[in-house]
Parts: sequence; structure tokens; C-alpha cells
Amino acid sequence: MTAMCDVAFLLLSFFILTTKFKPPDALSVTTPKSVSTQILKTKNSVLITLDKDGKAYFSVSDENGPEKADIIDYVDQQKSLGLTDAEKSAFKRSGAYVSTPFNQLKSYLQLNSDQMKNFKAPGIPVTDTLNNEMQMWLRAAADAFQGKTMSVFLKGDNLAKYPSLKGIIDALKKNDIMKFSMITDPEGVPPGTELAKKVEAKGRAVTDQ
Amino acid sequence: MAEMDTSSGGGHKKGPGVKKSKKLSTRVDLTPMVDLGFLLITFFIFTTTMSQPTAMKLFLPKDTDKPEEQNKVKASGALTLLLGKNDQIYYYEGELAPDASNFKTTSFKEIRKVILDKKRATDEKDFVVVIKPDNDATYKNTVDILDEMTINDVKRYAMVDISPVEYSLVQRTEQAGGVK
Repeated sequence: MTAMCDVAFLLLSFFILTTKFKPPDALSVTTPKSVSTQILKTKNSVLITLDKDGKAYFSVSDENGPEKADIIDYVDQQKSLGLTDAEKSAFKRSGAYVSTPFNQLKSYLQLNSDQMKNFKAPGIPVTDTLNNEMQMWLRAAADAFQGKTMSVFLKGDNLAKYPSLKGIIDALKKNDIMKFSMITDPEGVPPGTELAKKVEAKGRAVTDQ
Repeated sequence: MAEMDTSSGGGHKKGPGVKKSKKLSTRVDLTPMVDLGFLLITFFIFTTTMSQPTAMKLFLPKDTDKPEEQNKVKASGALTLLLGKNDQIYYYEGELAPDASNFKTTSFKEIRKVILDKKRATDEKDFVVVIKPDNDATYKNTVDILDEMTINDVKRYAMVDISPVEYSLVQRTEQAGGVK
């Protein structure tokens, strides 16, 4: 009894110490799995999310406050949206993301954070080649992150359809962003394949290149 | 464990008039505590996320109209994969025959074999996989097939838009096969 009790509490303290609570995600996205082993970094990053209906969302890492301000200023100027300082600061709020076309952006940023959570987002238009608004957001981001290495992450849901992905890829290409990463859940390398042989020969991290 | 020595040391006999006091046990019942401990363990086991999300890199080619900058693909070394509805993959080797005789259907489970067979059969410098997801393919399909490229160590692969001919062929095959 005593021994079991000891073990139980040892395990308990282990799990308490190792557990890391996930920050509550505003969007529930189930990402696909891949054999990639690279852990993602959040600094200097722009995140594009695709939900299961193929709607696109745009957000910037919370660690990059000044860039966020630059991005919203740039978009405001380019599209002459006439955003007030209060509306701009709504974009700068931590965890904020944009999910509306430009013509609804002003009213969206006027919502308070509770209303934003319940807001039924129409998504940023990406599937229309003539009116791909993601392009503008990415241009603003590329402009704001000048002189730094910006990393673009794409977090897509399993069920999102390909046309949305293509729209985002097109927007990236138009801005000469030729490199981006897709966020996935890790998965074991299937045994007997060429990659498995490589991994054995070189150790981990061959998929990182 | 949790008990104290309550025996009155010495062990001398009590006098005849002294009542024998009932010894109270100081053993504490540990069962509820252990129960609670295990409950918490299960809670933390279930909530803990051991796996951190990973990132999969993808490099895009620059669109170019100049023929000298375009990569030439030898038709014989090409394997074209068309991603369709319901996790179906359609593929053909080389160029699509006018009567679509080399147009075949497969699934994600068997695609690895197809890729490996083609890879073994062609010269390494000619081998290229062309991935064409159609409008019904999901994001998961696309990531899975890109992952398959990494798994099978395919050096050259490209994501290309599906052509109308191929798309109608896929749709016809889907209708014939009853894929909704």
C-alpha cells in the first residue's frame, strides 16, 4: 500500500509538472499529420488559418506588436478604410485575427472581444483570383517585417478544400514569398520506406531540411 | 506508515484498580487519499499534450513565362497524380493517352507502391511527380501526398493546376464509380 501510494504521487507530480495547458484556441482546427519533425517557432511569424469550410483567417504572432501596428496602418492606408485608433488597437489585441473582407473590417473591429468570439466570420476572400484579399494582407506583412525573416505558417483543417489552399498559395506567390510552412501533427515514419532508412542512418531531423 | 508508537513503554504492569484504557489506533485510512491521487493522475494523463505541433516546409516555384526558365519534364519520367473526391487518387504515367487508357484509380493506401514502382522503373534524373489536386480534394489530401513525397524520398515534385480535360475525366470516373 505504502509503495503504491508513493508511486501514484510520484506520477501525479510528474504529470502536474510536465503538463502545459494549451491556450484556448478561438478556432478549432484539426491539422493533418506528417512525418515532419521540425518544431514550430512563433517569433516573427504570420499565421494563416483555414477552417473546415475553407474560410481563411489572418493573424500575426503576439510577440510582434510593432509589426501588427504597421500592418493595420498599411492596410488602412491602401484600402482607405478610415479606421480609428480604437479599431486599430482591436487588431493589436493579443490573439486577435482577421476573418472578414475589407468592406466589413471596420465594423468587425468595432466589436468587443466577447462579440468577436461569437462572430460568424465570413473569412477573407481567397478563392476569387481577381479579388484575393489575402494578397493585400501578406503584402502588408511583408512590408512590416522588412529586414527581418518573416515566417509564414499555414494551419489548415483536414476538411478544407483545395481551392482555398490554392488561393493562399497564389497570394504568397504574388508577394514573392516562396517559402512557407504548414502546421501539422507529428506522425511516426512508416517502417521500410526510404525515409525510414535515412532516419536510421542519420538520426532524427532529416525531414527538417 | 502513519502510526505512532502508543504502547506505553516499559511494560510494567498496571495496578489492580487501574482500568485498562482502550488503545486508540492512530492508523489513518489512506484509501480516499489514494483514490484522489489516482483521479488526479488520470486527469493529468488525459489533458497533457505530449506532442507539439510541427511545421512542414514547402517551397514554391516562381511562375515564369520565359521558356528558358521553365523546367522541362521528360514525359516518360513523369507520374501525374490527380487528387479527387473521397480520398481517391487517379494517376497516369507519362502523358495522358487520348483514349485515357493509362488513367488509373488508386487510394492513399496503395499510392506508395505506385510511386515506388515508377521510381524504380525510371532514371533518377528524369523522375518527377506532378501533383494536381482538383476542387474536391481536401487540405488533408494535399498534405498527405506531399508527405508521401518526403517518405519516398522523391526529389522532384510539383503542384500544378488540374487541366479541364483531366478534371472532366476525373468527374466522369467518379460518376461511373458512384463516388459522391
